[in-house]
Amino acid sequence: MPLSSRHLLGLHNVPKEDINLILDTAKTFKEILERPIKKVPTLQGKTILNLFYENSTRTRISFELAQRRLSADVINFSVSTSSVSKGETFKDTIKNIEAMKIDMVVVRHAAAGTPYYLTQLCDANIINAGDGTHEHPTQALLDLYSIKEKIGSIEGIKVCIVGDVAHSRVALSNIFGLKTMGAEVSVCAPSTMIPKEIENLGVKVYYNIDDAIRDNDVLNVLRIQLERKAREYFPSIREYQQYYGITRQRLDRIGKDILILHPGPINRGVELSNEVADGPNQIILPQVTNGVAVRMAVLYLLGTKN
Amino acid sequence: MMKTILKNLILNNPDQKLNKKTNLIIEDGIITKIGAITSDDQKNAKVFEFNDAICAPGFFDMHVHLREPGREDEETVKTGANAAAAGGFTGIACMPNTDPTIDSAEVIRYIKEKANGHLVDVYPVAAATMSRKGETLAPMIELSEAGAIAFSDDGVAIKSAKILRTALEYSKMLNKTIIDHCEDETLAGGAMNESFNSTFLGLPGIPSVAEDLIVMRDIMMADYTKGKVHIAHISTKGAVELVRKGKENGINVTAEVAPHHFSLTDDSLKTYNTNYKMNPPLRTAEDVAAIIKGLVDGTIDCIASDHAPHAPEEKELEFEYAPNGILGLETQIGIAFTELYHKKHLTIEQLIEKFSINPRKILNIKVPKIEVGELANLTIFDPNEVWTVEVNKFKSISKNSPFDKKLLSGRAKAAINNKQIFIGDKFLSI
Ligand SMILES: [Zn+2]
Ligand SMILES: [Zn+2]
Repeated sequence: MPLSSRHLLGLHNVPKEDINLILDTAKTFKEILERPIKKVPTLQGKTILNLFYENSTRTRISFELAQRRLSADVINFSVSTSSVSKGETFKDTIKNIEAMKIDMVVVRHAAAGTPYYLTQLCDANIINAGDGTHEHPTQALLDLYSIKEKIGSIEGIKVCIVGDVAHSRVALSNIFGLKTMGAEVSVCAPSTMIPKEIENLGVKVYYNIDDAIRDNDVLNVLRIQLERKAREYFPSIREYQQYYGITRQRLDRIGKDILILHPGPINRGVELSNEVADGPNQIILPQVTNGVAVRMAVLYLLGTKN
Repeated sequence: MMKTILKNLILNNPDQKLNKKTNLIIEDGIITKIGAITSDDQKNAKVFEFNDAICAPGFFDMHVHLREPGREDEETVKTGANAAAAGGFTGIACMPNTDPTIDSAEVIRYIKEKANGHLVDVYPVAAATMSRKGETLAPMIELSEAGAIAFSDDGVAIKSAKILRTALEYSKMLNKTIIDHCEDETLAGGAMNESFNSTFLGLPGIPSVAEDLIVMRDIMMADYTKGKVHIAHISTKGAVELVRKGKENGINVTAEVAPHHFSLTDDSLKTYNTNYKMNPPLRTAEDVAAIIKGLVDGTIDCIASDHAPHAPEEKELEFEYAPNGILGLETQIGIAFTELYHKKHLTIEQLIEKFSINPRKILNIKVPKIEVGELANLTIFDPNEVWTVEVNKFKSISKNSPFDKKLLSGRAKAAINNKQIFIGDKFLSI
């Protein structure tokens, strides 16, 4: 059974069968990644463009590694947004790329909706690698994979997304994917980091981190933006750390096992204490490994679909 | 001597309590007869048959962006005026956010010169403050003498309560209105309405309270100074309620609404189509309902397009980077009659008030009379004509309309003013 869409723009409306297919395929690829020869010829002859309008080394490297493991030809195109405003428009760039006969485009962009716009401008398969504060579907898929790998099933588990949900691209994709797979989803953050009417997506809202820890099986902890104007949304890093930072004491107080995910990079001592970041509950590094396998699965399933 | 006969019209002017089926004779642009047409009348006359279309005092759009001077590739005074005539308007007021800004008598004269001789009367609105920066007052007396019809920093709100106070007090002695784009600048900067939809689409939102706050400020300041404030493109339920309260308290406040704000909601943004991006943004169904209620009870005085042409290469961008604004002149009669008349919210008379009479009263422009001896300044429309919008046939240079291919009910058949008629896609002398 192939995927139901030829693009991966987000996890909204992606059916359960598709997510299962991606996770099952990723499992096969993860096994390949454990072998001495990690390369398969699956996407030989396919050309994939990594179109990064925003600096995100980790995501790009993960995609690039996945592409090379599948034997695809890889082109990296990084543009800083500041030069875009002066130079050619996004549409011009895409028309140029189209002329180069690219099969798939992995796009990262600071403006929400750009991957969707891209599907209207060119014929390639489009994979969203993060658009503004909208979606980042492969991150959510690797989170789903990692949870499933650790816990066995996603159905019925309780997952809380902790941190700046309003300015995150990971939160929405996680909410959509987790709910499709039957998890109970909640968010926890200061009220200024909770976007308007998020309850309408069927998620519970916590303002108190201890309540969130007590009620949930999994915490997916988001990175707090220390820079820029993100700081308008909370009084100080100290206050955030004190009232929302996940520490050993907080976890011990509950006296039960809880799984901790983090999309990285971590602000040590802010959203996660050092002890927790390196402790037994977290699966931060396995997430990174799983990221490559999940991206291989997505690239493979889309790249061999047509 | 030029003689024109307009046959089988329903004359309708609520300002004159006029509503009757008859014929008009126009000679050299002046109405010379209202009534039965004799065979004598028909000699050497051009005859147009209207099959009981409605004939009202010429429609007036008090909120139009022409891009001249500065961006003549997007719209000129002439193409904007052509679009107005094609859309059924005989008068427009154009906003000052041109380049250079309309903050000197020279720019006013330049625009009036460009509009000279056109069917459509073009009334420049001058900036309230120099370069619309909110720091120093524009030379309002000089601008008025040159022909400024009102003052506005449209694009942004008048920056501070202090400069607003000065502008209201100063313009009061000229009996001119301050038109304000109500948006708190510290809450501005988003790409759409802040709502569940902005959460869902991951787009930065502009909260409705950004509009409500400035509407409240402006009404309170109009009360304090006894000046005249007009709320441009009202879009929120809260703002409608504030204007209603203000009017009840006898404060000199009026308001306009753009057709997209009573016909669309932010649900339209789901495909990130930049033709749905405007400021104020499309709001929620609740806001739309409040706006329609405000139109019905008279809280909202008039309909104005906020016609905002943009070149394709500007709109064909990532949603967050695309400029705000859509075309309006050539679709607004259709949208208004489809949404307000055919859905039984407003009568024909109420729509004529909102399109013709009230905007002129707000701006102190004489409302045209349909009377023998008067200059024929008329809009003739068929409220029932069903037609499909085709942006490629627009008179506007730009094509940024979300209504392309939409089926609408209600359309202008002719616009008449300044000894000309626009009919059947062309201008003729009458
Ligand atoms: Zn405005
Ligand atoms: Zn405007």
